[in-house]
Amino acid sequence: MTKLKRKTILYALILAFSFIAPFAFPDFGTQLATLWLMIIVALTWDMTGGQMGYNSLGNIFFYGTGMYVAALIAIGMTYNIGDYTVASGGGIFEFSDLQYFGGMFIGVLGAGLFCSASAVVIGYLTFGLRGPYFAIGTLGVAIAAGELVSNWDWAGGGQGIALPVYPGDLDIGKIFFYFLFAGLGIGVFIFVKWLYGTRFGAAINAIRDDEEKADAMGVHTLRYKLYTWSMAAFFVGMAGGISGFQLIHFEPVESAYQTINLGIFMVVCVLLGGKGTLWGPVIGAILFHLFKEITWNYLLGWQWVALGALIVVTVVYFQDGVMGYLQQRYPELFGIRVERKSTEEAA
Amino acid sequence: MDQVLSNISLLIEFPIVNLKIILDGLMIGSLFALAAYGLALVWGVMNVKNLAQGDFVISGGYVSWWLAQHGMPALLGVPIAFAVMWGVGWVAYKLVIRRVIERDLFTSLLATFGLAIMMAQLLNLMFSSDTRSIDLGFDTLYFADGLIDVPIAKLIGVLMAAGLAAAVIVFMKSSRMGQAIRATAQDARAARVMGIDTEKVYAFTFSLNSGICGAAGAIIVMVWLVQPFYGIAYSIRAFVIVTAAGLGNLPGVIAAGLGIGALEQYGAHIFGISYQQAIAVILLLLVLLFRLIQQRRNRQVLK
Repeated sequence: MTKLKRKTILYALILAFSFIAPFAFPDFGTQLATLWLMIIVALTWDMTGGQMGYNSLGNIFFYGTGMYVAALIAIGMTYNIGDYTVASGGGIFEFSDLQYFGGMFIGVLGAGLFCSASAVVIGYLTFGLRGPYFAIGTLGVAIAAGELVSNWDWAGGGQGIALPVYPGDLDIGKIFFYFLFAGLGIGVFIFVKWLYGTRFGAAINAIRDDEEKADAMGVHTLRYKLYTWSMAAFFVGMAGGISGFQLIHFEPVESAYQTINLGIFMVVCVLLGGKGTLWGPVIGAILFHLFKEITWNYLLGWQWVALGALIVVTVVYFQDGVMGYLQQRYPELFGIRVERKSTEEAA
Repeated sequence: MDQVLSNISLLIEFPIVNLKIILDGLMIGSLFALAAYGLALVWGVMNVKNLAQGDFVISGGYVSWWLAQHGMPALLGVPIAFAVMWGVGWVAYKLVIRRVIERDLFTSLLATFGLAIMMAQLLNLMFSSDTRSIDLGFDTLYFADGLIDVPIAKLIGVLMAAGLAAAVIVFMKSSRMGQAIRATAQDARAARVMGIDTEKVYAFTFSLNSGICGAAGAIIVMVWLVQPFYGIAYSIRAFVIVTAAGLGNLPGVIAAGLGIGALEQYGAHIFGISYQQAIAVILLLLVLLFRLIQQRRNRQVLK
């Protein structure tokens, strides 16, 4: 009972802190929102990468696609998209409050659904690939999508899309986006916490441990893989959609399908925190975000080199991550009982 | 769409244009094949998928460019880039690659991806993000009323690439080290039992790969151009070629390299130059899908 109580208090504290944070640190509103974005993408990457053993390098595809789908739906509900993108912000396109928020709501939801559906299609084609081929294949999908979209003039081409600015006070807008990301992040966390406790969670863990055996035991592996990826894609797509509105202006290769930025960051976050654990991605995202913000501010010009070094060091020397380290050091905390060797007992 | 159709009809109307495209493609493809051969070597011998392959190529290009800026004859840049990148590869092996050989495949992929980001950014800091090239100052040969142009510089580049490839093949076939490398690729444990120092073989293989890439880059800077962030494009092409040809299949790697060079030129001609990168990636996806379908057939036979 005390353990449950302690857990409840811990969760309440975290929840309270996430509510107070944007008001307590108003200067860091955008950074805090980005932190939630990192937590979302890390948690969803871990659904396939950590829990199911399929290391995708192409989850960023859903982020970029979500961004585009949400923006196009929001614009398309009010104006002709072709006219809007041709003007590239030059023409006067006013959005009323209802059009802005309505478009955002339906756009973000539509982005989630669209990404979910596209995950099923891409997954059907790529889930036959194993190991590194899956990673390379999904990376290829993301890069190809970025290149194709930047040649697609109707959707803004290489210039990208400029969305309307948040109507009203911009400081409140920052807090508004913070809470959108925070809400989505908390939703994702609760969802995966529940999911990993169900039969479904057990099935995807079985796929990770031995796909052939899981298949032989009657787990319909392809179906489980598709469901898992499409759930992850749903959340990433929504996060991408919100990001589009937060960024206001975005373009295909650098901000939407940012393969070597966010696309690789989410993997590093998970590895840093600990693959295949519930809290690992969250801890990893926080650590990584801190590292990134510090290097971006104090190591001007060298931040990317430091980041590459962090990736290499994490992958090569510290692949079990924080949670893996803790688990090995203090197994009792994780409910793992360690049997002492009889010789030690005798001594 | 109309643009695409008119581009295709141009190809049919003037068959000689096809020849030009194929020639261009083969010339580019020979350099792709060089980088891909290095990748196949590392992949086959030590099971490391090197995503930094393209960045080794670009680094070699910058070595040669830097030397040319300081008054070295450009052609000498090729062997020097080979030697310098050999050293860089050795350092990279000792620091990073050595520790990922025994690990799962995704580890080597991610670690080399981190390495690729680091190398590209270091080049960017050192040489800025402008595109660089060396002008050799040679003439251009014209055939078929000027429709086909073959710059002599490109011809020299292709010949050097072919010479390097031939040298590597002879080395692998006849030298003691080459035999040791092939033995390690076949069965590392058995090779160790037979007294081969596999650690040394791995270090040598990775350095050799890096050297080959460096030389390829030094050729590329003479005939095209380099830029710090072009590395990923060469990495992707190397992956396409190796995936299509399979490991340890040298004629296959060369054929696939030349073929992909030609296909890419055709794609760029038909769809426009801005699609070139996308075409390379889509080719990779098509090759992966094709392999998948092939495997699926095999699996069904097994069941």
